[in-house]
Amino acid sequence: MLEIGLAHYLTVAAVLFTLGMFGIFLNRKNVIIIMMSIELMLLAVNINLVTFSVFLNDLVGQIFALFVLTVAAAEAAIGLAILVVYFRNRGSIAVEDINLMKG
Amino acid sequence: MDAITTLPVMSPAAGEIFLAAAAMALLMFGVFKGGKAQEATSWLAVAVLLIAGGLVMSHGGDTTPAFFGMFQAGPFAQFAKILILAGSILSIIMSRSTFRQDSFERFEYPVLIVLSTLGMLMMVSANDMIALYIGLEVQSLALYVIASIRRDTLRSTEAGLKYFVLGALSSGMLLYGSSMVYGFAGTTEFDALANVFSGLEGQQPSVGLIIGLVFVICGLAFKVSAVPFHMWTPDVYEGAPTPVTALFAVAPKVAALALFLRVLLEPFGALVGEWQQIIALISVLSMAIGSIAAIVQTNIKRLMAYSSIGHMGYALVGLAAANEAGVSGILVYLALYLFMNVGTFACILAMRRQGRPVEGIHDLAGLSKTHPGMAAMIMIFMFSMAGIPPLAGFFGKWFVFMAAVNAGLFALAILGVIASVIGAFYYLRIVKIMYFDEAVEPLDTAIPGDLKIIMTVMAAVTLLFFIVPAPLVSSAKAAASALFAG
Repeated sequence: MLEIGLAHYLTVAAVLFTLGMFGIFLNRKNVIIIMMSIELMLLAVNINLVTFSVFLNDLVGQIFALFVLTVAAAEAAIGLAILVVYFRNRGSIAVEDINLMKG
Repeated sequence: MDAITTLPVMSPAAGEIFLAAAAMALLMFGVFKGGKAQEATSWLAVAVLLIAGGLVMSHGGDTTPAFFGMFQAGPFAQFAKILILAGSILSIIMSRSTFRQDSFERFEYPVLIVLSTLGMLMMVSANDMIALYIGLEVQSLALYVIASIRRDTLRSTEAGLKYFVLGALSSGMLLYGSSMVYGFAGTTEFDALANVFSGLEGQQPSVGLIIGLVFVICGLAFKVSAVPFHMWTPDVYEGAPTPVTALFAVAPKVAALALFLRVLLEPFGALVGEWQQIIALISVLSMAIGSIAAIVQTNIKRLMAYSSIGHMGYALVGLAAANEAGVSGILVYLALYLFMNVGTFACILAMRRQGRPVEGIHDLAGLSKTHPGMAAMIMIFMFSMAGIPPLAGFFGKWFVFMAAVNAGLFALAILGVIASVIGAFYYLRIVKIMYFDEAVEPLDTAIPGDLKIIMTVMAAVTLLFFIVPAPLVSSAKAAASALFAG
């Protein structure tokens, strides 16, 4: 019988976090996908926090996770609002079209 | 009495609590006043920030932990908060004339600055990973909106979008780092973390802890725009409206750097051997990229972005030294950086041709003939940023490099001096364009009075700092020693 321990949870979180980060950098299509990747990163952090909270027998991690959830909601709202005004000006939200300033 | 039912200590956070309440009141005021409320809201916001400054002055030196240890004021935080408030106040005052000339009147702008300032003050005083994250996000969420405040222009919204995506990425990295630190140290409080790490007694800290520390450093390096996490800075500085860039270049940088100092020196102070080399590396890279990439720029706001990347690199030299002299050097550097940058941005805001703002470096050609006063002041700022004695910028660099030498980091100090020599090239190029190139079409001569006053005062401070350096240097020393005592 496979015992699911701390390492398994941490591995899942690390994989999700890495997927989120690659989603931001490798994605060439759509800014909405970038937003989803950001959410994926924050959720990976939450898995981490809750896992540690359980394994340490300490409530702080779960409180932290609640704060992260709240802020993630506010962040998504602001991100989508900026995306809407950007779309009004540009008429497109493809990542390759965000190129007015070269950096 | 049960400990949970007692009211937390709140007086050290008086300034922050006042700002939070006042920001909501200002928003109500703006909404009910309607249409042309920007002028009144701006002045009210300035008054609110001044009152918050007074509260920080009177309560901020108190080192009692507030909110059950989540929040800690004290001399170090007080020094940083005064600089942040000064940066925010000056940027609100400078924005007025520009927004009026562009007929862009939005009362939300000063309210958002007040909110982001609240976040910056919370960052500086955070004494727990949770408080740190909340402060950082209060600041960042307001700044994302401020960057895209000209929602009818493509440049401003693109700047906001880029800032949002990379800022959210950096927050994610910081969070992942703090979750690892929490898991492997068992606490999020700074004091408890410091105890855990000093209890290691020379043992190697666990790998998870190191991963967490590196992620936290990456997240914070994003916020101070240190290389290799600087790529958002030039685009955001160029795309955002100039008054917004003037804000971005000063207050958030001071806040992020003060937070960086606190996090690395207080909770992670015992792990100095682990982070010192990382900081030295990003410091060298920032100085190099800041100096070399700026040479090819033609837009003055983009140039100022690379200049600020370079300046953050010089300031991080003091952090790599990890001693009291280094921290007080950084605080002096930040104060002088504020004077030079606010002054330079006042000059950039005054660059207009037939009422329209211009941003090219070559638009400055022949400025010495049409605006001799402004040209002289830009020259003072540029010489000071290049670090030429006896101007103020020289002393900032002197203090941090001396701290590095005293800490035995000779290579870092030498690389810093080389980078500042390379950097001097592009600062001097601006002076050359102003004094020796022929103007194609002169800039407008009518400069708004408040910009004139601000640039004159900043130029005077930059020029004459060497006569009375004592007040600033001694208060920076007191602030730095408070950080190391606690």
